[in-house]
Amino acid sequence: MDIPFTVKNRPDTGLYNGKLGVWLFLASEVMLFGGLFSAYIFLRTGVEQWPTGSEYLDIPLATLNTLFLITSSVTMVMSWASLKLNDFKKFKIYSGVTLLLALAFLVVKYFEYTHKFHVGYLPSTNNFLGIYFTMTGLHVLHIIGGMICIFYFWIPGAKMWESDPERFTNRIEIVGLYWHFVDLVWIFLFPVLYLL
Amino acid sequence: MSAEQHKQSFLTKYIFSTDHKVIGLQYGITSLVWLLFGFALMMIMRYQLAYPESPIPFVGSIIGDGGILPSEMYNSLGAMHGTIMIFLGVVPLAFGAFGNYFVPLQIGAIDMAFPKLNAASYWMYFIGSVIMAVGFFVPGGAANSGWTSYPPLADIATTGQTVWLFGMVMLITSSLLGSVNILVTVIQLRTEGMTWMKLPIFVWTQFITAFLLLLAFPPLEAAGVLQLMDRLAGTSFFMPSGLVVSGEVLTNAGGGSPLLWQHLFWFLAHPEVYVLILPAFGIITEIIANNTRKPIWGYKALVYAMVFLGFMSFIVWAHHMYITGMGTSIGAFFQTTTMIISIPSVVILTALLLSLWGGSIRFNTPMLFALGFIPMFGIGGLTGLPLGLAAADIHLHDTYYVIGHFHYVVAPGTIFALFAGIYYWFPKMTGKRTNETLGKLHFFFSLIFMNGVFMPMFVQGLAGVSRRLWDGGETYAHAADVLYLNEVMSVSAWLLGLAQIFFIVNMIISLFGKKTGEKNPWNATTLEWTDTTSPPLGHGNFEVVPSVYRGPYEYSVPDDEQDFTPQSKKV
Amino acid sequence: MSELTPEQVKHHIKTYVLVFIALAFLTIVTVAISYLDLGVVGGVVLALIVASIKGSLVACYFMHLIDEKVTIYWTLIATVVAFLILIFVPLSTMLAQAKI
Repeated sequence: MDIPFTVKNRPDTGLYNGKLGVWLFLASEVMLFGGLFSAYIFLRTGVEQWPTGSEYLDIPLATLNTLFLITSSVTMVMSWASLKLNDFKKFKIYSGVTLLLALAFLVVKYFEYTHKFHVGYLPSTNNFLGIYFTMTGLHVLHIIGGMICIFYFWIPGAKMWESDPERFTNRIEIVGLYWHFVDLVWIFLFPVLYLL
Repeated sequence: MSAEQHKQSFLTKYIFSTDHKVIGLQYGITSLVWLLFGFALMMIMRYQLAYPESPIPFVGSIIGDGGILPSEMYNSLGAMHGTIMIFLGVVPLAFGAFGNYFVPLQIGAIDMAFPKLNAASYWMYFIGSVIMAVGFFVPGGAANSGWTSYPPLADIATTGQTVWLFGMVMLITSSLLGSVNILVTVIQLRTEGMTWMKLPIFVWTQFITAFLLLLAFPPLEAAGVLQLMDRLAGTSFFMPSGLVVSGEVLTNAGGGSPLLWQHLFWFLAHPEVYVLILPAFGIITEIIANNTRKPIWGYKALVYAMVFLGFMSFIVWAHHMYITGMGTSIGAFFQTTTMIISIPSVVILTALLLSLWGGSIRFNTPMLFALGFIPMFGIGGLTGLPLGLAAADIHLHDTYYVIGHFHYVVAPGTIFALFAGIYYWFPKMTGKRTNETLGKLHFFFSLIFMNGVFMPMFVQGLAGVSRRLWDGGETYAHAADVLYLNEVMSVSAWLLGLAQIFFIVNMIISLFGKKTGEKNPWNATTLEWTDTTSPPLGHGNFEVVPSVYRGPYEYSVPDDEQDFTPQSKKV
Repeated sequence: MSELTPEQVKHHIKTYVLVFIALAFLTIVTVAISYLDLGVVGGVVLALIVASIKGSLVACYFMHLIDEKVTIYWTLIATVVAFLILIFVPLSTMLAQAKI
């Protein structure tokens, strides 16, 4: 006996199990980052002085990073769409580009962080930097987690396309949902930390 | 996955199993061990409270310094008692064990939606509990800033606090994975005919509990990350400016807020208490229906009340923070929501009580615990009302009154329900029966001594005795008249511990007892009793996956030859 | 979602490209408005509005929310409500405190 609705949708919910699972997981992630956003608001409203983002952060670089991540979201959904159109080669290309863009994001972040450490801006320096490093740091961990998943289906796990293409496509959709969420967090993180 | 292709090794069959029943048992055994350990910690604390600065018997030699419990260690025992009982004991047992084992069976599913994820969540719980245990062995001992870990104290506390935080991150992640699994299982894997309003109340409670855990735990994980940053990276998220410790002004950046921690902590910790009670409500409902041989009174009322309770639980948390100076309008808001949330609790308890009316009551061990639960939870709930009213709370906050209140709901409340569940479902899990005499002795002595431990706490609390005092209030004049109760409570606690021997012995001899193999010894109506063997089949639970045609509590249906009608019996 | 035809997927692809252009444009807008002097409240509100529009586009089209049935919506509504409580209630206690 197999567990039902792992691949096919359950009629009344219109979902297969994995998709519902990842949406619920994303709900918990909204609350996780929500806790940190709430902390940011609480800390900022609790003090007289709070620096603006431009005092410590490089806005053009972060804007570039935002564009990297948005583009990676497009390539991610395109990789799924390619599978729906039975084009495995295109899937590979789009997945690869997604990984490249994510890597670019990480590289920019690496330069941002090391520059700050170099001039003595640490999380302990003040709460602005503290919350900046914590929130972007947690976001970076989520990017890395996503990259591991995308890479897994790009190379080692890709053979499932041969044995169970529908299930494989669903898995890519699920990874995509997670990846779009990570992009979504940045869409809010960027203006809040850098621009306000 | 047919039976033939399953030659499993010992490891995959018993240790890293993905079968929800094995995982449920793993959660069950681990959590029972932790409950015992957490209880033992309290018995040590109560010796210090009864006979301050006397050497502790049995364990005195490892405590050191003449066997007298140092105050820092008392604080560790207190913090770890709370942490262990809640996060390593009750929730894993109520949700991880009972939920995993019985939700799939009761909805007619062959397993949980994500079996491998299920195994992962158990092992994360296990690792988290090992991390918590390690805390006892680091310099400075285990976490000692209360289970609530308030900064600034928690920020500057000994190493054990960092260990606690890592343990919590692990446990929270385990819990989140478990919640996702239960939610998807209930939404997607209900068998044919199992509509939402035909679900056993037990499944409803597990479902709502999973939602609470899913949405309420992450802010605490965020707070834990922030506290780890404070402790390890020198940030000042929770550290106000100009803090002086032991005469020295701290050099960190400051500008932080201890209140921020309290908000994020209680945002979880209030829904957490409903996580502690909802599975209990579910178990009690099953047992009452079964042992009154009639349907539950107010099935719909129960469902709506529990859903409403779940929603309200997110907007009452600052009743734990009345005296932090929030301002009267915010205080009034939380007082109002807190008073409102008592309504669904009363609806639920009333429904359970009314379910007894006109019933043909069987006084077996599970039913005795269920009957005991009702008034005990009633006391717990009623004593919560003065705490929910801000004015009264000013006097009662952080006194023994609070400890009495929450222990009544959790100890003769939830834990009685969990014992009830163990006695009720033991025949299903093992195909064997427990000893009724030992069960009844366990119940009666537990009931008496639970009250012996917790009732005097209200007296002490009303007199103004603060909680978390190593000397039990000895140095305070206002405590003088009620100090004698410390010894009363301690003796009750130790006798309560002895009473658990009836349970432990019962479990051991029953496990080695004769297999009756009875499928449905209680003549119950729900799928786990009517359509599976005892224990259920290894893979797939059911010979034939049942369809559902009726509600979950069709007992004493007129014109039926039996006094119970299985959910799977065709109309 | 598993039951889409190739034609439907191709139509979706057109949408993805349009959404991408919108997102890129809105990113420029986000940065541009940060140079305007709108005061703290104005700046925050406008930044959050733009971010919410971008987020909705990602959610509705990249995450296919616009095609889903009620189950996901109920989950998200519950989450959004919990999120708003988490953001606004501690803030309100902070603001009320400041007034004492």
